[in-house]
Amino acid sequence: MLDTAIIKQLEDIVGSGNVLTKKADLVTYSYDATADMPSQLPDVVVMPATTAAVQKIVLLAKEKSLAIYPRGAGTNLSGGTIPLKKGIVLSFQKMDKILEVDPENLTATVQAGVVIQALSDAVAPYGLIYPPDPGTVTTATMGGSVAECAGGLRGLKYGVTKHYIMGMEVVLASGEIFRFGGKTVKNVTAYDFASLFVGSEGTLGIITEIIAKLIHPPKFRKAMLASFKRLEDAGNTVTGIIKAYVIPATLEIMDKMTIQTVENYAKVGLPTDAEAVLLIEVDGGAQQLVDSEAEAVLKVIKENNGEVKIAQSDTERDQLWAARRAALPALAQLSPTTVLEDATVPRNRITEMLVAVQKIAAKYQLKIGTFGHAGDGNLHPTILADARNKEEMERVHQAVDEIFAAALKLGGTLSGEHGIGMAKMKYLKSELGESGLNLMRRVKEALDPDYMLNPAKMVPVKG
Amino acid sequence: MKTTPYDKLEEVQDALAKCMKCGNCMAVCPVYLTEKEEGAYARGKLSIAEAILKGDLDLKDDDVQEKLFNCLVCTSCMQNCPCGVDVCKIMLSLRAALARETGLHPIKKVIFGALKNQPFFDKAMKAGAALQWMGLRKLPGNAGYEPRFTMGLSIKRIFPGLAATPFRDQAPELIKAKNRKTKVSFFTGCAFNYIFPDVAQDVVEVLKENDVEIAIPKEQQCCGIAVFAHGDIESARVLARKNIDVMEKTGADYIVTACGSCGESWQHGFKELLSEDPLYGPKAEYWKSRTYDISTFLTKVIDYKKPTGRVEATVTYHDPCHLKKVMKVFTEPRIILNAIPGVTLKEMAKPDACCGSGGSYTITHLETSMAITGRKMDDIRKTGADGVITGCPGCMMQLSEGLANSGQDHVATHYISLLAKSYREARKSKTEEIKHAA
Repeated sequence: MLDTAIIKQLEDIVGSGNVLTKKADLVTYSYDATADMPSQLPDVVVMPATTAAVQKIVLLAKEKSLAIYPRGAGTNLSGGTIPLKKGIVLSFQKMDKILEVDPENLTATVQAGVVIQALSDAVAPYGLIYPPDPGTVTTATMGGSVAECAGGLRGLKYGVTKHYIMGMEVVLASGEIFRFGGKTVKNVTAYDFASLFVGSEGTLGIITEIIAKLIHPPKFRKAMLASFKRLEDAGNTVTGIIKAYVIPATLEIMDKMTIQTVENYAKVGLPTDAEAVLLIEVDGGAQQLVDSEAEAVLKVIKENNGEVKIAQSDTERDQLWAARRAALPALAQLSPTTVLEDATVPRNRITEMLVAVQKIAAKYQLKIGTFGHAGDGNLHPTILADARNKEEMERVHQAVDEIFAAALKLGGTLSGEHGIGMAKMKYLKSELGESGLNLMRRVKEALDPDYMLNPAKMVPVKG
Repeated sequence: MKTTPYDKLEEVQDALAKCMKCGNCMAVCPVYLTEKEEGAYARGKLSIAEAILKGDLDLKDDDVQEKLFNCLVCTSCMQNCPCGVDVCKIMLSLRAALARETGLHPIKKVIFGALKNQPFFDKAMKAGAALQWMGLRKLPGNAGYEPRFTMGLSIKRIFPGLAATPFRDQAPELIKAKNRKTKVSFFTGCAFNYIFPDVAQDVVEVLKENDVEIAIPKEQQCCGIAVFAHGDIESARVLARKNIDVMEKTGADYIVTACGSCGESWQHGFKELLSEDPLYGPKAEYWKSRTYDISTFLTKVIDYKKPTGRVEATVTYHDPCHLKKVMKVFTEPRIILNAIPGVTLKEMAKPDACCGSGGSYTITHLETSMAITGRKMDDIRKTGADGVITGCPGCMMQLSEGLANSGQDHVATHYISLLAKSYREARKSKTEEIKHAA
């Protein structure tokens, strides 16, 4: 329990209704959406509404040597918001104002706690979209998704969060408020701070405000579902499409285990005898363009022995998408614990990675369904287990180790879009080497010498 | 009888283990969207349940109780749950465990006792005094509950009050049909019986118009949903069994309801309560598949008489939670509304977002409840409709209050009343035609 004087000071900053200290409340901020992670109660949860309040909280925490965990909706998949070292959970759920939509400069300025979907709803009347669309758009906050550099289903053509952040306001560990960037397309003033703070997982500064880039969505699109009897054919189709000069807006894959589970769960008419299916959507500003791209895609599918179903209407398109969207829920229904990984490889190594995951599943006698963003080489091997079964969880941990090793061996990376947090910290050295870990530590210490911000994530705490 | 999670809390373990903490429930929880705290919605409440089962939190702790009751049991979270977690079962099992451990709150005990004793309850309701129990107000902190008396009634200023003569006292126990298509038993529920007897009359009128024989047994009881929701499992079981006995005696082919919560009880609640009861379990299962909301009964069970009488109205439709999310009834009321000549249906954004009523929730958590209703009122206003239609008396009360508070000068109406009106208009013009011809 924290000193009551500190609680009182926090209450003075944000009002007593925005400071939570009861155990029943603290329990609900002790975890996030990551499976198989330890949980820890914070000492206190504080819900600021302004940057000025955040600054005061940081200064107080600094004085009292308390850790701060900036937290959006707590939907991350890396254990990134678990308050491991106790201290203050700084919840941005109430700091959720959309400050401005600027259709002339194609920007929106938002507070960190704005939910991505709320931003999308606010810009829709202007005919604009904010493209990053992680699976959690209806819950995740802008601050959280910027801190995690969230990805999504449109990454291949439209990029991920980092491509849409033009400026920010950050409260630094020193208590200083720092604003950078703005509404200009070009800006090379000083270091590229957006690159520093996007994906920093709350370890370098506290994001309080964001200037996001918006785009006009393409008017025309065409979706199709291709099924394959051999994994290699699906993999070759992915690379073949790119080689045919087409960048689809969506290029998603589901493996056999996922197909069968989805079909069993949602009865959407997926071919259960297929080894893999691809959901492909091309889009563009003109019907002719979309048609010719679709034609090129169809040709590649055919060359690779795929069978294809083209959506003839919006309803049929929604049905194809429903199948893909059902992947995680369908798999999750099969067992109590769903370990969702996001090992990522260059897209021309997708087949090898899928085969590697299947071998690992067989070796450890685990159920693993794999789906994901094939065009990005970003796979989600989803391990189905029961956290109450210790022996099984041991096998899960070994399988996860091997999945990461396989991804790195193929020239890939530990995480495509979920981040490191505490879940993958131990694997960092295998990708970055000793020099990388040293640099990480130096960057961390330059900005947060006392390890006050989200300690024990990304960079191990000193000593 | 074997135990259920409602009898033994440990049995919710498996249901609880299904939650993967993804937080999808956050996006749709009306309480979270108002309070913006993790403990407000299902993920947080389930983590509290886990802590209770592990012994890290005490069920009897005031702060824990506060969380358990800060839930409308609207089941919105369950519709958005990728893992199919039965949040309702877990919440009600926790409340049942609490009632077992600490006993019901004295005021609740009196009320639920009265509900079980239909003649007494009936007398009390007729005396009008019972309205006061609806005015329970939770005191700040944990001081308990106090009746709101005048204040409650002044806030709920358009609360329609009790009918002079309850519906079941006005209606005969059997209404025969000349060209009988089928026989139904009308399960009226308390709200129609005591507060909206005119809507119940509309239900009867519509059924008569469709040549349906109607039993309206006077002995039918409260469906018990509020009793169940507050953890008084034994009282809820007594009510369920009595209701099954009464309805069975009528010899009807179907039970028809016009209230989402009553329908929910027959389609879901009774089965949950009596799942391990060797005698009543199968009976509950039988009636589950034979209970229909009146809109489903009209459009899917019988081929109802299409309305021809003109009713000029631009309306918007609010989906009651239990009607849509448990009974899965949402197209049928719209089919009926769209079939009425003169009626224009303008959909609001999120028509299935909870109205904020939650039965007694609106009394115990007035501030959050009215904030939820406020959002609904904004959505209603934006449609430009001049009438709000719904399919549940609880929502009718809440929406009407919200409309008054937000300065919109109409009340919420049950869709069946519009259909009854259209039938009346058709009869009227037919009579006039005949007069004219004569």
